[in-house]
Amino acid sequence: MGTISLKNVRKSFGDATIIPNANLEIGNGEFIVFVGPSGCGKSTLLRLIAGLEDLTSGVIEIDGRDVTAAAPSERGLAMVFQSYALYPHMSVRNNIAFGLKMAGVPKAEIDEKVAKAAATLNLTEYLDRKPRQLSGGQRQRVAIGRAIVRQPKAFLFDEPLSNLDAALRVNMRVFIMQLHKDLGSTMIYVTHDQVEAMTMADRIVVLNRGNIEQVGSPLELYNNPDSLFVAGFIGSPKMNFVTGAEAGRHKAHTIGIRPEHIEIASGAGAWTGRIALAEHLGADSFLHVDTPAAGRLVVRAPGDFRGKDGDGISLKPDLNRLHRFDEQGKVIR
Amino acid sequence: MATQQSRQLGRLAVAPSVVALFLWMIVPLAMTIWFSLLRYNLLDPNYACSLLTPGQLFDEANRCFAGTSNYYYFLTDPAFFKAMANSLILVGWVLLISVVGGTLLALLLDQAIMGRNIVRLMVIAPFFVMPTVSALVWKNMMMHPVQGFLAWITKSLGLGAIDWFAHYPMTAIVIMVAWQWLPFATLILLTALQSFDEEQKEAAQMDGTPPLSFFWYMIVPHLARPVTVVVLIETIFLLNVFAEIYVSGSGGRAGNLPFLVYQYGLISNDIGGASAGGLIAVVLANIVAFFLMRMIGKNLEG
Repeated sequence: MGTISLKNVRKSFGDATIIPNANLEIGNGEFIVFVGPSGCGKSTLLRLIAGLEDLTSGVIEIDGRDVTAAAPSERGLAMVFQSYALYPHMSVRNNIAFGLKMAGVPKAEIDEKVAKAAATLNLTEYLDRKPRQLSGGQRQRVAIGRAIVRQPKAFLFDEPLSNLDAALRVNMRVFIMQLHKDLGSTMIYVTHDQVEAMTMADRIVVLNRGNIEQVGSPLELYNNPDSLFVAGFIGSPKMNFVTGAEAGRHKAHTIGIRPEHIEIASGAGAWTGRIALAEHLGADSFLHVDTPAAGRLVVRAPGDFRGKDGDGISLKPDLNRLHRFDEQGKVIR
Repeated sequence: MATQQSRQLGRLAVAPSVVALFLWMIVPLAMTIWFSLLRYNLLDPNYACSLLTPGQLFDEANRCFAGTSNYYYFLTDPAFFKAMANSLILVGWVLLISVVGGTLLALLLDQAIMGRNIVRLMVIAPFFVMPTVSALVWKNMMMHPVQGFLAWITKSLGLGAIDWFAHYPMTAIVIMVAWQWLPFATLILLTALQSFDEEQKEAAQMDGTPPLSFFWYMIVPHLARPVTVVVLIETIFLLNVFAEIYVSGSGGRAGNLPFLVYQYGLISNDIGGASAGGLIAVVLANIVAFFLMRMIGKNLEG
């Protein structure tokens, strides 16, 4: 089991309110991603769930039990830290075993569990090394191993991949997703990287200045963002926003259209402009187009697009995929 | 930094300090070795041996040159073994008190207590007191059997006063020196504690580590390196303790090797014997350093 619910959770440090009022239900076995820009309170929210910070007010329940005042170790959760936080003077074996040892698990059982976790994580041959003798990816796996052996109700990940290089990050991402599938445990994963959020999450929780902006599956957030903030945060490259007269024509304060939903028209399109510069990624090309009507727009073109900088171009937005927002940044449906 | 020219320039730039350091070390060492081989006593009416004019020395060679007899007499002097034992007792106890006490004090000062900065300053203060001053204060104000503070305490508890320097001179010296060196250990260990990784602390919290286990499995290994530094540095200084023993007048029973060398040189006026003793003390200090490094030096690696 591993359901977690946050009820009217509030956290302030002195006068500064980090999280004004958060409500969230997390189901058993869900992979939840907290995403948002730095300083949005996503790590604080995770630490509140872990018990590493005290709530100012509100209630946290795990499996229906109120754990608001419980110590971190009594909550049955395991956490993987950004810096891995391995114990530097202990071998990999002892790092993984330490939590069990503190819980008073018999020696034979500890050995068995450590061996099993090490096998899952491909760490068997490194068990007697010290953390400083391991690479970043191996350290990360040790940190995960330390979490796995305790068979927690839920795993908490605090930006676990941000210290790895790009190639390793992709590997570890797949690895963690596979782990989630195999273990079937609840996982809460904090990241500022929307690509990680989109690829890994069952549900994404988008945070902005401590407020939960929107909760939903990756595609829900992509297709139906509730606010300007979510629309801008999810998707890469960023959604194009247009204000002013052009937005007024669509009866909105701001309109948003994703680069992939703008077509390059062969004839006359809604907008015309000139290519300011182009990013060629191979499969796709991202064109930055200056239009008199809508300003600078980013457009996704096929990889074999042959336009040069300075060329005139005519664009046709997919009007079904146009998002309209009011003055407060809320979506108009 | 690897061109021919930069290397040459580098050598040229460090040459003055290398030369100065070399002379600084070598000249006194060479003179000590030379004196240790002479029958050189300040009270000797034949002053030729104390002057180092080569001509006179060669004339008087048979009378002045002592060979290894200074070493022989020093090493077979019963006072030597007593002094060596005192040196080791002093170093051992002060190390024990300052490392254990320093760890506990550092743990205390690492907490967010009221007036922490003032308390820290006061804890550090003894380190800035000159050894002679501290010895005088301890002797006349703390441990004096009549007007001393400790005597007042024991007397008000209905116990008799202790005449520290008469009955327990070694204990008294250990207390005085430990009082001076405890702040040093506390300071180093406190800075080490403050560098303890916050996420590691939280990981231990998630692992449900009780406070005593946390101390044993996390803090103690973390402090291994700074403790090593404290032990090595304090050993160097503690082998040289002199002022406390001299000023408190405890040299007779609590005298260590430096004090014995002083007795040879300035009480017996035997410069040759004192030089030999000084060199023996240096060799012994190196032996201690060698074993220390073998025992705890690995803590400094990696």
